Amino acid sequence: MRDRTLWTWHIFAGVVILVFLGLHMTIMHLNGSFPTFNNPFGGEAESWQNVAARAKSLFFTVTYVVMLGAALYHGLYGLRNILLELGPGAGLRRTIDVGFSLLGLGLFAFGAWVAVAVPGVVSRMGG
Amino acid sequence: MESRAHPNRLGIRGWVGGGRWGIERYLYTLHRLTGLGLLTYFLLHIFVTSARVFGPETWERTMRSVEGPVFKGGEYLVFAAFAFHAVNGVRLGMIELGFAIGRPIEPVYPYATSVGRQRPLAIAVLMIAGALAIWGGYNFFFMD
Repeated sequence: MRDRTLWTWHIFAGVVILVFLGLHMTIMHLNGSFPTFNNPFGGEAESWQNVAARAKSLFFTVTYVVMLGAALYHGLYGLRNILLELGPGAGLRRTIDVGFSLLGLGLFAFGAWVAVAVPGVVSRMGG
Repeated sequence: MESRAHPNRLGIRGWVGGGRWGIERYLYTLHRLTGLGLLTYFLLHIFVTSARVFGPETWERTMRSVEGPVFKGGEYLVFAAFAFHAVNGVRLGMIELGFAIGRPIEPVYPYATSVGRQRPLAIAVLMIAGALAIWGGYNFFFMD
């Protein structure tokens, strides 16, 4: 794929992250200012009750997966560009491209499986 | 991006020095450092938060293992890094699309450059990121 296309996706992924990670940071770390914003039980945002409540929402399942994919792509493509700036040879460049692609796909598969499986775990726990 | 015509002679040293650069060059360095920090945290975060798939006991045990002032301070640095990286990323995106740098003009002395034209935006980035970092710090350390 041409670098210009990959770069365009990098910027697009950045916009997606800005929206969803901004929401994530607000829920998880600005909960002092917004105590019940997507934390229906109040208190710690990472308490199991709040985590389970969010996991039951299709919105959060979908946005976790989208954010996971966007962040992996944006981060690994950014790191790839930093490494390629250092002028590696063609073989090493190929290794970086293939290695980062496999790493990204593997982590995406794992993280997406977790996001999709958790609602079932919460239901079995009677949450 | 690979550049065959202009090899990267300075390498990583070029991130911190190599010329009479303006504030934007150091925003570039900070953008890279915060990006690398966020990526490192994010890769670990994928595994740590996967504990929720094993149920409440595993989740609570995992959360207890990442408690304490060191982790709290680290989490705050991640928040502050995100605040800067996000706001500066918006500036970079705007410049990429041709906003905030002015129209092309005749090079008449005293020269007006696109870097100079976007300077107020760069200062605004620092102020907004700073305000977000202070707001986040208040939430982290005084409201949590």
